[in-house]
Amino acid sequence: MAEVSLKGEQRVFMTGNEAVAWAAVAAKVDIMYGYPITPQNEIMHYWTRLAPKYGKRFLQTEDEISAGFTTLGGVMSGRKAFTATAGPGNVLMQESAGMAEMMRLPIVYVIQQRGGPSTATVIYAQQETTLTCFGGNGEGHRIVYSTATHQELFDYTIKAFNSAWTYRFPTFVLGDGYQAKMREPLTIYDPEARGEELVKPTALVGENHKDKQFKHLRNTYNTEDELYEVVMANQRDWDAMAAKVIEWDEKGCEDADVIVLTHGVVSRAALSAYEQLRAEGKKVGYFRPITVRPFPEEQLRAAIKGAKKLLVAESAYGQLLKFVQSAIYGSTIEIVPMLRPGVGITTEELVEELSKL
Amino acid sequence: MAKVVKIALAGEGGQGVQSIAEILAEAANDEGKNALYIPNFGVEQRGGVSIAYVQISDGPIGAPKFKKADILIPLSPRSVKRTQTYAGKDTIYVYDNSLIQEGEVGDNIIGMQYFDVTPPCPTAEAPNADLPADMIAGEPKTCSFTKPGPGVDPKDIPEVKKVIAIPANDIAKNELHPRVFNMIILGAVIAATEVLPLDTIKKALETKLGDKFKENPELRTMNFTALDRGYNLIKSAM
Amino acid sequence: MQELKENNILQPAMPSSWNEETKPHKFCPGCGHGMILKVLGETIDELGIKDQVVFGCDIGCSLLSWDFFACDSVQTHHGRTTPVITGMKRANNEIIGIAYMGDGGGYAIGSQHLFNAAVRNEKITIILCNNCNYGMTGGQMAPTTLPGMKTETTPYGRDIEQTGAPTKGPEMVAAVAPEGAYVARGTVANLRQAKGFIKKALENQIAGNGISFVEILSGCPTNWRTNAKQTWEFIEKDMAQYFKVGELRTPQKKEG
Repeated sequence: MAEVSLKGEQRVFMTGNEAVAWAAVAAKVDIMYGYPITPQNEIMHYWTRLAPKYGKRFLQTEDEISAGFTTLGGVMSGRKAFTATAGPGNVLMQESAGMAEMMRLPIVYVIQQRGGPSTATVIYAQQETTLTCFGGNGEGHRIVYSTATHQELFDYTIKAFNSAWTYRFPTFVLGDGYQAKMREPLTIYDPEARGEELVKPTALVGENHKDKQFKHLRNTYNTEDELYEVVMANQRDWDAMAAKVIEWDEKGCEDADVIVLTHGVVSRAALSAYEQLRAEGKKVGYFRPITVRPFPEEQLRAAIKGAKKLLVAESAYGQLLKFVQSAIYGSTIEIVPMLRPGVGITTEELVEELSKL
Repeated sequence: MAKVVKIALAGEGGQGVQSIAEILAEAANDEGKNALYIPNFGVEQRGGVSIAYVQISDGPIGAPKFKKADILIPLSPRSVKRTQTYAGKDTIYVYDNSLIQEGEVGDNIIGMQYFDVTPPCPTAEAPNADLPADMIAGEPKTCSFTKPGPGVDPKDIPEVKKVIAIPANDIAKNELHPRVFNMIILGAVIAATEVLPLDTIKKALETKLGDKFKENPELRTMNFTALDRGYNLIKSAM
Repeated sequence: MQELKENNILQPAMPSSWNEETKPHKFCPGCGHGMILKVLGETIDELGIKDQVVFGCDIGCSLLSWDFFACDSVQTHHGRTTPVITGMKRANNEIIGIAYMGDGGGYAIGSQHLFNAAVRNEKITIILCNNCNYGMTGGQMAPTTLPGMKTETTPYGRDIEQTGAPTKGPEMVAAVAPEGAYVARGTVANLRQAKGFIKKALENQIAGNGISFVEILSGCPTNWRTNAKQTWEFIEKDMAQYFKVGELRTPQKKEG
């Protein structure tokens, strides 16, 4: 059997967790910090096995709070670093994400969503969407990619590092337990061999050279006015970044009566349902935010112009729905929610719901 | 839009359900088709029944799980009862009709978050001690405790397009080896559905277990014989 | 197991503090949890405290004990069993608070809570099952993983230069807990002795002396990938060499 490697373009058949580990190697990440929690453990398992061969480092910390902050330490010292978690671990990682938002630190988190709240299930949900986009005591100055396939897990993990290091916002790859554990084919590759640029990391502190200028970094301020300036400056940078980073996919919305809106793995079912119903002659449209943060608001408003109904389907109770409602405020389109917290949504179920509308 | 073949397999821990699912998916992938395999997993899985979902297509595949299977393969009387919901009028149904069945593990005896069903039984004093316990690709060291049983109650079999019964457990125990039970089933499934060529399956097995086959050529013979046996049994009946 | 029970070939009477409906229990064959919980159940019976006990369990394999006892039980979050039981006892000191956890819940994510509960001498009983790995999630390294031991996150063997040496939990608690603490380490290889430690731990809480902490060396053949013989050898030889069995702190006898 051909050994898996990043030489040339290799088509492989592996689990999502393994794909993430390979993507981090492909992105020339230096170090991973992590703590066990299902369903993302295998990312660490593969990383620790690949580590000696590719000269990578790893630390298993005492918990997720530490994993988040040790990763911040890693990026501050100019190394590409990441961590991965799920569920209650994601909750703990929000403290570090808040620090990253304030101090503009290029940290990457891979989230494999599981049921919530609390321990719930180790299997699957889309119930960490709000948490991943807005967790912490800030304004959600972060980038969140919601993947649907293994190829995207690979591609967007690499992209997450580029986005983080270019725009200096904490960046998340939002997967889920199904993606983590299922096996499907993808092509793994060396991005630089494809002519894709990998953004080089630079250190904030800790470099020792002749003309060193020392830095004092802080995330605390004295007065309301000071804080206002800082947060607004971050907001302006975030808005400028949003225009360049937003990604979405849409099909058939121009003449659609009903549009199905989903994100992440549910989009696979939505796409299949869209194709099936279109083949039957039904005027269905498909819209999928790939970045759930920043959310493609303008693009969604344009896509729903001619449609009468918008079916929003998610494996959560209203987390994606709230983003949609906020994005299209003022529109009179009828929103039909399909809310299934913690439960998978199949193509058949979407076809059934869409057929009713 | 390319057709997607949806295959659901179910069985007791120790029957090697996840292994045949993996081989099916990998064989399809080797053929250049699109394949998706997902096991069930989780602490609170209801019951000691292991379920695997495999989808094969020339085009894209949608959600990882599905409601109705095109091919449904429950390998124990308990799985037959619990997978009725996956059967539709177009389903091809393959089951084991031996009077030898796998021991059922109580529903509440589950624990691990990474084994989909019964945890392995390394403290058991080696059932099947004559073969390496990890002979079946990827299968953890689950124990296999077959015992005589009443077999599947025909009343439990749902309304489907076609039903294929194969006494795989009997054949495995009496003619071949208990551990290749799942290979017999796999051969039968290929014969009944022609979802993939038999040779592709053999190639996938070779790729997966190549190293172990090299160490012990007996294993290759055993597995391939089982595959052929299941295949021929169904082909000759058709 | 069901057959055995129906034919009355099962082991002698269960402790009455056991919840009969959830037996046979969910732990793997050869798991130490079943043994520890059995002697804990017997001790609860002998002390007659079944109705005062609130049993807290952590995440990981300890979580499987959530419906094990015929006592009030609370499954908490990973590492948070100590603070939850602490909070309960502080609010209602009539209860007998038992916090049950594994090596992660006590020495990794729960370590700050264990340390502080010890410093404050919280009048609760903490029982920790040490099996040198994170079992439930697939066998990753634990704070107590032995040097050189292979786990899913130390696939080439634990390198103590990189990861530190195995945590000695009872020693830490013994070092910081004030007078009135009871601290011991037992082993499933000597259940009679372990039961004795657990009994003294609970008596220490009943007497209101201070914190009681008992670590029990335990087996995990599933993740160690050992057979019965190898499992016992690992507990009795390898683990016992690193983690000394015995009592580390007992309350001083009061004068008069």
